[in-house]
Amino acid sequence: METGFDLALTLLLLGVGGWSILARNMMTAVIIFIAYGLLLSLAWVRIFAIDVSLTEAAIGSGATGMLMVIAAHKVGADARRVVHPSRAIHVLAGIVAALVAVGIAALAFVLPGEPQSLAGPVMERLGDSGLGNPVAGVLFVYRAFDTLLEKVVLLLALIGVWSLARDEDWGGIPGFRLFRHHNSVLTLLARSLPPIGFVFAIYMTWAGADVPGGAFQGGTVLAAMWILVMVAGVRKVPRVSSPLLRLAIVAGPVVFLAIGFFGFVMPGEFLAYPQGYAKPLIVVMEIALTLSIGVILGLLIAGPPKGEDAA
Amino acid sequence: MTDFFTIIAVSAGAVLFLAGTLGLLRFPDTLTRLHALTKVDNLGLGLVVLGLMPQLGWLSAAKLLAVWLLVQLSGAIVTQILGRSVSGGEESR
Repeated sequence: METGFDLALTLLLLGVGGWSILARNMMTAVIIFIAYGLLLSLAWVRIFAIDVSLTEAAIGSGATGMLMVIAAHKVGADARRVVHPSRAIHVLAGIVAALVAVGIAALAFVLPGEPQSLAGPVMERLGDSGLGNPVAGVLFVYRAFDTLLEKVVLLLALIGVWSLARDEDWGGIPGFRLFRHHNSVLTLLARSLPPIGFVFAIYMTWAGADVPGGAFQGGTVLAAMWILVMVAGVRKVPRVSSPLLRLAIVAGPVVFLAIGFFGFVMPGEFLAYPQGYAKPLIVVMEIALTLSIGVILGLLIAGPPKGEDAA
Repeated sequence: MTDFFTIIAVSAGAVLFLAGTLGLLRFPDTLTRLHALTKVDNLGLGLVVLGLMPQLGWLSAAKLLAVWLLVQLSGAIVTQILGRSVSGGEESR
């Protein structure tokens, strides 16, 4: 029964993935890609990777999907920007993509020696960190440096989006041009859902120490609520030059780095935590990161700043 | 007895999902398709949740109920927005 479900899910994933590649219309392809992300998060649940599943649904399907919807809308609205590559380029791109897929598959099949699982040693020492969720333990204790760089990459992505602004628009308000008309039903949702969403985001971040969840998942929920508020026009989109906004953006990486450098003082190593204080410090980091991730994702989707006259 | 109730309710929910999907594929225009889809959101998901609730502790059951209520809210509002954008009038009613 369960094998049948897994088989059906795998076939569905392959089919939907292929469909999103073959779809003629750009917006259709994007919408199928979002459905593909949701199916993929179901597949992650099937192999008991709940943390990854939540991230896939929130970031891979939700946030990325929204970015792609906006991109497809912008490009599709302007016929001059729609590029029609020649058949040769299509074939070439297909060959390169197939080679990458075959290469990754080959790597998975020709792993040298017996795969060694580090899950045992991690679970053995997890108690020392005070955390209950092994994923959070690995992310913040064993691989803290990777986790730090991950957040800095988000910051760089936002700077990349902002640098698309014209010089005279710099410091202005990010342009939401998708939903400019007032809609009373959307306003109702934007007033009633965020209180629930904010509580849920805080819960997800807080619970992330012991059960699946954490800063990324909580931050995405936060971003979704903020985007809803901005799109419905309940609150204005802030200027990118606002000091408060910039503080929120860098709060996560700054707190992370500060605690990392404090590691030099106390246990004597970068990104190490003093004995017995690992969990409180990690929770402080997660809270700051949640805020930053939420604001950065919201701003990524809001897009580069635009002048008020430039529609 | 509990299992029997779950099987009946979840199966009925699944039938509604099937019917709603069929309607989504076969109905001629956006408004009728929305009509088919809302039945899935309300009753289909509601029956699945109702069927699963006796299998769980009260906390998990409450979480399922909360999921259903949130889907009610977002479903109703998305349907309204889509319906209004199809019928043309921004704030007609």
